[in-house]
Amino acid sequence: MARRILIDPVTRIEGHAKITVYLDDEGNVSDARFHVVEFRGFEKFCEGRPLGEMPGITPRICGICPVSHLLASAKAADAILAVRIPPAADKLRRLMNLGQFVQSHALSFFHLSAPDLLLGWDTPPATRNVFGLAAANPDLARAGIRLRQFGQEVIEAVGGKKIHPAWAVPGGVREPLSAEARDRIKSRLPESLATAQTALQVFKGLLKKFKAETKVFGNFPSLFMGLVAPDGSWEHYGGHLRFVDSGGEVIADELEAARYAEFIGEAVEPWSYLKSPYYKPLGYPDGMYRVGPLARLNICERIGTPLADAELDEFRSHGQGAVTSSFLYHHARLIEILACLEKIQEALEDADLLSTRLRADAGINMPEGVGVSEAPRGTLFHHYQVDENGLIRKVNMIIATGQNNLAMNRTVAQIARHYVRGDTIPEPMLNRVEAGIRAFDPCLSCSTHADGRMALHVRLVAADGTVLDEAVR
Amino acid sequence: MAAKTLTIDGQMVGAAEDQTILEAARDAGIPIPTLCHLDGLDSVGACRLCLVEIAGSHKLQPACVTVVAEGMEVRTNTERLQKYRRLILELLLAERNHICSVCVANGHCELQRLAAAHGIDHVRYGYQCPKLEVDVTHPIFGLDHSRCVLCMRCVRVCWYIEGAGTKNVSGRGSGSRIIDDLCQPWGESETCTSCGKCVHACPTGALFYKGATVAEMERDRGKLEFIVRAREKKQWIV
Repeated sequence: MARRILIDPVTRIEGHAKITVYLDDEGNVSDARFHVVEFRGFEKFCEGRPLGEMPGITPRICGICPVSHLLASAKAADAILAVRIPPAADKLRRLMNLGQFVQSHALSFFHLSAPDLLLGWDTPPATRNVFGLAAANPDLARAGIRLRQFGQEVIEAVGGKKIHPAWAVPGGVREPLSAEARDRIKSRLPESLATAQTALQVFKGLLKKFKAETKVFGNFPSLFMGLVAPDGSWEHYGGHLRFVDSGGEVIADELEAARYAEFIGEAVEPWSYLKSPYYKPLGYPDGMYRVGPLARLNICERIGTPLADAELDEFRSHGQGAVTSSFLYHHARLIEILACLEKIQEALEDADLLSTRLRADAGINMPEGVGVSEAPRGTLFHHYQVDENGLIRKVNMIIATGQNNLAMNRTVAQIARHYVRGDTIPEPMLNRVEAGIRAFDPCLSCSTHADGRMALHVRLVAADGTVLDEAVR
Repeated sequence: MAAKTLTIDGQMVGAAEDQTILEAARDAGIPIPTLCHLDGLDSVGACRLCLVEIAGSHKLQPACVTVVAEGMEVRTNTERLQKYRRLILELLLAERNHICSVCVANGHCELQRLAAAHGIDHVRYGYQCPKLEVDVTHPIFGLDHSRCVLCMRCVRVCWYIEGAGTKNVSGRGSGSRIIDDLCQPWGESETCTSCGKCVHACPTGALFYKGATVAEMERDRGKLEFIVRAREKKQWIV
């Protein structure tokens, strides 16, 4: 009899989701679905609001990565104003985004995933969390928490507050960086660099132990997409879009973000509020692509900073062409933390960073604009259409996590297929399916459910709807 | 001019005979919350936040339009008054869409300040969430009906200080709207002089400079007082 395994909710991700695994009559996995069960409605209720409000409203989508929305929104508004923002504003926006990468990646690794990686998948959920990690390895846990704090402090130093700074605006930014704030960032860099390197060593040391996971945690061919700089190096704010395939071949390059609709389609499935974007030339669902740390390292030619580039070389040995295991998102994330710290170091040496010429003033000059920026989780698109006075007519946002939707579904199915045998609910499978999702660091909303008390509810349901087995912990 | 003596919150206070309770209280350093009142403009007693208790009367009186009387005993901050003020503020917050976090006036808003001062951390009434428009047809200014509390400061400043008579009110009750001229887009108004006094008079984020982003809309009330003083007292004190 065909059955269904439901994991509800998925814990230690940002937002609300559940997973269903479908079994066929023989008890083999026939399909798996990652359902996002929350609906936000931002695209709809922004309609009618003045353009200038958008960089204030859209960061409220998320408390983890508000900076990503702030920057994508400001860039879309820059396009509607048809201005080129002052160079120092551009540099400061970049600095803030680097801080955002550090804090978000540190949160993902140390707070959300390290408990799985360092304590083991099968540790009881009550201790498999950041508190358990703090008990088992207090130095690493403290260093990780301080690394996230450093990222937050970069955001605060630039934008005035850690969460939801209304600092980037259409045409530039509002406040300059003070020399005092710059020096404060500088003073904490050495400690942060040391933590990032330690975490990388720890993770690389674990890779041997996680051979099976590397092989089955979402390891499949797919496209990868993200921004690259004009010289093909790693990028997080400007540049152009590039797609590479799993062989590492560039299949589309120098794509203009403003024309995203020509190459990205958005499919809608009835079982999830999360759309499934795909690469149009390959169609749905064959045009599956991944975004985020793994994709960015796969598409760039180099990072451009010495420590991170050395790590990138080593990282590339895990793949032929592109690195295809989603488990290695963790690895890529840690390399990106290192890269961002090195880039922050570089940025702070630029005397122009303290400039006070920061805001281009202009009216509504274009009927629409697209802003694209790399969020920690991947490429983020904000597309606005306005009326002649600048009131929003239409909003389309393509969020990083959405673009990984197809790959996350594939990952869940792959892990379930590997661990499900026969007609019992295999405990190790449940932990690993969740962990597989966590590798993508999905951000489904503004809330983090990182609480060990949160129930994992699993049901085995027959095709006729009767509950055959149920497990709650 | 004869002086009057009254007590406000137990304190003996002297006042000129044509002064209001609000003026007398403020001269004596006794705060009474207001929202529709603005120095330099005629008071209308619309918002009811300045209601006070007067001994011998069951009716609460708005301090901004009630003239002092000899021997009057006024109480400005009783439990009953606090209850009513909270109620008024909660109703104002529920009536339209006051989303402080993304509002241009965040941190510089009189409604927000009053709500905080009265300990309002939630609203007991159902939010009406009306679908209201933003008028940004004017080249410099915008009007967001979602943030309007219908205090009519903009109407009064437009009529009695600028003398343009552009701003007005249409409709009744909660359906009331601030309008320009004959209810046309602000940008098409033939009477508006683009002086900006209404923007500086607005207590919330309803009137704003176009292009202002979150929390950027600060008002310069001093400008209005400067104009009124210059006109009435022939004193040009900046």
